[in-house]
Amino acid sequence: MATISDPPERGFRLSQLIFDTRYRSMTIQVVAMVLIGLLLSWLISNTIHNLEALGKDFNFGFLSQPAGYDINQQLIDYNNQMTHGRAALVGILNTLLVAVLGCALATVLGVIAGVLRLSNNWVVSRLTAVYVEGFRNVPLLLWIVLIFALMTESMPAPRDFRGEDGSSMLLGESVAITNRGVYIPNVVFSRSLGGNDVAAPEPEAPAAAAATTNMAGTYGASRIATGGAGVQTGQSGTSAAAGGEAGDGAAEGGEVIPTSSGWDWLLILAVLIAGGVGAKLLGTRAAHIQESTGKRPMTLPLQIAAVLVPLIVVLVGLGASLDKPHLGGFNFDGGVHLRNSLIALWLALSLYTGAFIAEIVRGGILAISKGQTEAAYALGLRPGTTMNLVILPQALRVIIPPLISQFLNLTKNSSLAIAVGYMDVRSTLGGITINQTGRELEGMLLLGLFYLVLSLLISGVMNLYNSSVKLKER
Amino acid sequence: MSDTHAQTVAYVRDTMLDQQDPPLNQVGAVKWIRENLFSGWLNILLTLLSLWVVYAALSHLLPWALRGIWDASNLSECRALAAERYGADASVACWAVLAERWPQLIFGFFPKELYWRPILAFLLFLAAVAPVLFSSVPRKMLWVTALAPFALFWLIWGGSIWGPIAAILGFVIGWAIMTYAAPKIGALLAVILAIIVPVLYWLFVCGPLAGALASVVPLSLQTVATQKMGGFLLATIIGVSGIVLSLPLGILLALGRQSDMFIINKFSVAFIEIIRGVPLIVWLFTASLLLNYFLPPGTNFDLMLRVIIMVTLFSAAYIAEVVRGGLAALPKGQYEAADALGLDYWKSMRLIILPQALKISIPGIVNTFIGLFKDTTLVVFIGLLDPIGLSSSIRASTDWNGVYWELFVFIGLCFFIFCFSMGRYSLFLEKKLRREHR
Repeated sequence: MATISDPPERGFRLSQLIFDTRYRSMTIQVVAMVLIGLLLSWLISNTIHNLEALGKDFNFGFLSQPAGYDINQQLIDYNNQMTHGRAALVGILNTLLVAVLGCALATVLGVIAGVLRLSNNWVVSRLTAVYVEGFRNVPLLLWIVLIFALMTESMPAPRDFRGEDGSSMLLGESVAITNRGVYIPNVVFSRSLGGNDVAAPEPEAPAAAAATTNMAGTYGASRIATGGAGVQTGQSGTSAAAGGEAGDGAAEGGEVIPTSSGWDWLLILAVLIAGGVGAKLLGTRAAHIQESTGKRPMTLPLQIAAVLVPLIVVLVGLGASLDKPHLGGFNFDGGVHLRNSLIALWLALSLYTGAFIAEIVRGGILAISKGQTEAAYALGLRPGTTMNLVILPQALRVIIPPLISQFLNLTKNSSLAIAVGYMDVRSTLGGITINQTGRELEGMLLLGLFYLVLSLLISGVMNLYNSSVKLKER
Repeated sequence: MSDTHAQTVAYVRDTMLDQQDPPLNQVGAVKWIRENLFSGWLNILLTLLSLWVVYAALSHLLPWALRGIWDASNLSECRALAAERYGADASVACWAVLAERWPQLIFGFFPKELYWRPILAFLLFLAAVAPVLFSSVPRKMLWVTALAPFALFWLIWGGSIWGPIAAILGFVIGWAIMTYAAPKIGALLAVILAIIVPVLYWLFVCGPLAGALASVVPLSLQTVATQKMGGFLLATIIGVSGIVLSLPLGILLALGRQSDMFIINKFSVAFIEIIRGVPLIVWLFTASLLLNYFLPPGTNFDLMLRVIIMVTLFSAAYIAEVVRGGLAALPKGQYEAADALGLDYWKSMRLIILPQALKISIPGIVNTFIGLFKDTTLVVFIGLLDPIGLSSSIRASTDWNGVYWELFVFIGLCFFIFCFSMGRYSLFLEKKLRREHR
């Protein structure tokens, strides 16, 4: 029976490779494979020949040679005797620093602008529209250069802060915005875990000594200890500890210099995380009690206390104090010096990306139909609960994927640091290192790999998150 | 009913009241202001805050811009004039830098006596894109579009006219093979021939042919080297070439990524992800530093061409992702319907799938184009003179050392006009192509 509908048996003919759709895709793939292989081998053989002609080889040994150049902003200990690899690491950390700072500020700006653009208030929504369209339609490079020029040209010089009628510092004499950068207070600890240095036994100028020795690293090299201090590796901690041991011998002599090490920040971070987990547990326990008895115990004050009390205990235990910047010889001493390059790059990236995020947030909110709000009200939910339980979970599903891709864009755009001389990974590994060692091929390869791995990591994490919040259908 | 109450005084009004105007604060501008600007304390606060921001910005910017000095030959003269006219510490713009240097910002170092060529090229470009952008323009104008790339190349770079004409001939050969040979030798062979023969022609015949023609009838414009181009001319050349070339490449990559064929699929995915994962600036450095490693020894080609290739590949990867979104958004029934009609792959794509997918992805595609146009400023880092690079070189001259804001405002405004109009066009196109909810 079945034999009737079977096609007549015929041998395989060569023309089937082209005209039979069953085999044609194989043919196309083999041809494509051969062409791609030929192209790649052509490129590689060209590269080998060119490298031979130039008398170069292909190895990454240069990474362990001394770098010989200074980097003006370091999150980890670095000096010009250290290796190119270490310099690249410093650059990577600087890239990550500006990326993280930028993503945080851009999200805040974007969410505010996105919500305000939907406001009924005509003036506000127009103003936000001007911000969004203005930043979206002008190149990022122009904004970076413009903010950098604004900082260097229009801000007062440190010497203007001298005297009574000059410029004044903001926020209770603690923040100074100068044409050399922004000085903000630093948190220092008199009982640092990394150990404290002790002031040299010169009683006449303990304060000045404290201020200068506080700036770890080479003269003029500033360290950004806030925020990024969590990424400080053990190296700075151990060096500080060594200093501490040396200091302990002379402890009875001078005054203890407050300082900060990575260990302090790690401890504070750990305490914060523990407090957060504790607060969360309190919330879960309250939910259990509510489910069994119908009454919800008071949670908010307890939760706040669970976060704040251990933090305060640790801060007091470490002897935390603010090290405010103050006018030294020609410049400000103490505190943390945020360079103009960082400020310009950070602000420009945040404002620019914030404009894009604003559109994403606006689209996400508009995508939720009004019926959802009305349905939630019909169920008797209050506006706050409606927002938290009904609107936001749905809006976030629309917002998150493009938001993460904006974060990726911001991270990649941070390579525009070249315009203002911010020492990111492109300037160290992809710039000075390549110029000094003449290893363009290896350097660019590593640089590209770094960005590629970073992008794939972020988008991988994003996909995980995205699949956890996406609409569960049949 | 009973008439018990027949004689009682009516307590229900039996005449209508005259219609009255609504209260004054419920109509017109007052109502609008009350509802939109001062409806609650938060709204009042926001309104006042934004009004203050607007006032602060305008009160600084307007006097600065409107009282600007237009007639000066250098910055110190400008400042002297400002002090003379508005008092010693007046802060006013020095637009004189634009009055003196605008040709440089727009044309770079293009020879002054040849400015008519880029201007003519720009007009021709507008004529060429008009039929593509607006369907109300007569369709015959598409011939202008088809010939424009060659004419534009000739106008901007100059040289013999026979080069572009000989290049066009290659396309004519390909078209002739497709039209006249296809019925006799079969479609597949015709396609292969239509690709191979013109390529061979361009490689081996085109150059000598153009040379021979040029020696017979010398007809040429003065050649202008790429290094002389800069400013918005450069940005437009790179931007437009990138846009025109990256769209087809991006669509092909998106189709490749949607393909069932394993090798094609994986190759497209790898290409797209690698390109998108690395910043454009790294690719530009690769083009300027490393390309010589990858090509046969002795090959050396124009930096601008390298940049165009890199920018094209870069935005093609982004467009591929946008188009992939459009392809994925189409209901599966469309693909099945195309198969049921018996269309082959390319016909179903061309006639059924792509028109709908591209319509969905218009906003994303235009956004990519806007991004590409803005990214043309990055070429300054590999030594091409884009507008921002030129602003630094203007500042490097002793006359204009210290001029920042005027140049930034001008450059920013130009980019804003280009990009904003692209965005508006995309909105217009979306509205025009919308088929539902009319």
